[in-house]
Amino acid sequence: MSPLLPKGDRPWQDDPGHIHDAPEPSDEALKEAEFAPGDQEELGVQVPPLDSITALQAIDESREPHGEPAPVPDLSEVKVPRPLASEIRRAMKRYPQKRSASIPALWAVQRRYGWCSPEGIEQAAAVMGVTPAYLQSVATFYDLFHTEPTGRHEVLVCTNISCWLRGADDLLADFMDAAGTDHPGETSEDGEVMVRGFECLGACDIAPMASIDERYYGPLTEGDAEAALEQMRAGKEVLREKRLADRGAAGGSGPRVGTDPRVTRHELNKVTAKRKAKAKAKPSPDAKRKKRR
Amino acid sequence: MAAAAETRMLFRNIDEPRLASIRTYKRLGGYRAVQKAFKEMAPEQVLKELDDSGLRGRGGAGFSMGKKASFLPRGDMDKYLCCNADESEPGAFKDRELMQKNPHQLIEGIIIAARAAGANRCFIFIRGEYDLQGDILDKAVEEAYDAGLLGSDVLGSGEQVELVVHRGAGAYICGEETALLDSLEGKRGNPRLKPPFPAVQGLYGGPTLINNVETLSNVPHIISSGAEWFKSFGTEESPGTKVVSVSGDVRRPGNYEVELGIQTRKLINGLAGGTVGRRKVKCFFPGGSSSPVLTGEEGLDLPYSFEAMAEAGSMLGSGSIIVCDERTSIVQLALRTARFYHHESCGKCTPCREGTNWTVKMLERMVRGEATPIDLDTVASVQTNIIGHCLCVLGDSMAAPVGSMVEKFRPEFEQALERGVPSLNDRGGAGRGAQRKGREAREEAGHLSMAGGR
Repeated sequence: MSPLLPKGDRPWQDDPGHIHDAPEPSDEALKEAEFAPGDQEELGVQVPPLDSITALQAIDESREPHGEPAPVPDLSEVKVPRPLASEIRRAMKRYPQKRSASIPALWAVQRRYGWCSPEGIEQAAAVMGVTPAYLQSVATFYDLFHTEPTGRHEVLVCTNISCWLRGADDLLADFMDAAGTDHPGETSEDGEVMVRGFECLGACDIAPMASIDERYYGPLTEGDAEAALEQMRAGKEVLREKRLADRGAAGGSGPRVGTDPRVTRHELNKVTAKRKAKAKAKPSPDAKRKKRR
Repeated sequence: MAAAAETRMLFRNIDEPRLASIRTYKRLGGYRAVQKAFKEMAPEQVLKELDDSGLRGRGGAGFSMGKKASFLPRGDMDKYLCCNADESEPGAFKDRELMQKNPHQLIEGIIIAARAAGANRCFIFIRGEYDLQGDILDKAVEEAYDAGLLGSDVLGSGEQVELVVHRGAGAYICGEETALLDSLEGKRGNPRLKPPFPAVQGLYGGPTLINNVETLSNVPHIISSGAEWFKSFGTEESPGTKVVSVSGDVRRPGNYEVELGIQTRKLINGLAGGTVGRRKVKCFFPGGSSSPVLTGEEGLDLPYSFEAMAEAGSMLGSGSIIVCDERTSIVQLALRTARFYHHESCGKCTPCREGTNWTVKMLERMVRGEATPIDLDTVASVQTNIIGHCLCVLGDSMAAPVGSMVEKFRPEFEQALERGVPSLNDRGGAGRGAQRKGREAREEAGHLSMAGGR
């Protein structure tokens, strides 16, 4: 039934059960609805006394802090791998305050262990002289930190507006098919790759695109996802011809540089003009190669 | 001027091989402006030149850069300069290109801006996803230190400018300037109450100047050629060029550097090649996903400038145009937009946390065809209740575009109330996966994509 019917024609207006139009129940009706003592037996349900309900206890327990909060770990008691410790110390030196190094420290932990494991966080906390809880609070805020174990490789498929318009949902499905996972964020069975959808990665010019192990690739078409995961599993370089790093300034072909004299007369441009004249006189090896083709 | 042409200032040598190395950058005239600023000009002169140029911030707010720098108090305390490279707005990718291709232009701009503001400690806050660009910047900063352009004695002037590249870890909110400061201090990236403004009390409680990558990349050009020269570009109120990221349903998505004031149609149809198959432009975001959408009819003939976009009820923002052609379902578009802000809301202020959440829920009901007319009015009213009621503008950034979509395409929403929106990507058979096996299951997966991993 269309909700756009004029008000008078709405059949559910007679139906008091509808959520928006139900009339206020009368006092008598309310009284009737209340359970009288003895109703329990009639219904055949035994409601246990409140303090013995385990679910409630669990809720209480999770809200009550257990004893003292974890203190700053003692560096003499926590075993920290030397490279990790020195990387974190180097990061701390770069900032006026040591806490600024918490994101670099978590990056270091994640690079070493594959995720921000509780042990790794404790080690970083020991080096930085902060509580593990503090670092944990930072790690849970940021999308790129994994607070649970994840695959050895990571594929982030951008699913935001520009990529969506160009078929990002299909691309995400392709990657999940290739990885053999059912839901975004899952790791493949062999533990090799985790595929998930991600918010705008800032590469709408190569939409639809994906970030594979922190490098951008696009625009990806049918078959690319499968090829990428095959190459990754074989330990080869991934989608070489689709790397963002090798692309010229975006926009590709089309009318490019403005001929506005204000720009060509620009002080900084004079050098380029001279160089260009030189280049014209003597074709570069690049140009020669192009001509031959 | 030709019908559609770029005016390349920041992008002048963008495709020069090895431009990211200091040798090439210097050979092409780089680091001359910094010499001029330190050897021929007093800090006050540098500041005046920037102020006179009328350069407006390119990050989204469009505030005068010179004015912002002049708000920093004088005195001997530690002062900070943060370059905001946490470019995460859907549709924006100009800073990525500028950092990846020409990192030294940015570093030169930072050094000069630091002199103007008297800042001695500078940071580039780059989003964690830009790993390649972060590596390039790391290397460029190292080169600049080796060349004596950074450090405790810049170019023998006795001035100290230290620069650190700081990587984020994936949070859109950190692009908000006070959240950026919190994140840089090693905390969760929650915005702060303003005032006090960062210029007075920012990073580590000290005076802080925060500028976008593109803003700072303009600085060397202004200093080397002068404010008057700079003002000969663009319009009176929006001088200079703008790197515009055009994406979505266009044939040549990419970054185009144009003079502000160019006709929007020339940008979309000329430079970016128009829509595929010359389809009608249904609507477009003129300034990233947080700007209210303009329909093709009302927006294409406007000049692309801060003031013209504001007058049309939208904004230039970060200068990122997302074009949606006539196939696009507005309800789906609204849902995509709202989901992004729901995911990225830090949860500190109630209107934003709850408003984004309920907007997504109501729009999902509309897509499934389970909504009631009350939902549509509630969606509209939620948007007006978010705007202006939070510490930062993240909530507003959802409310403005979604509100504009409901306002401009109300019949389409009403249709969705009746029938829902058939497919996730409502484009008929256009999507290549339309006939795929298990397509429906995947659409479910698409619904879950935001929840992935968290």
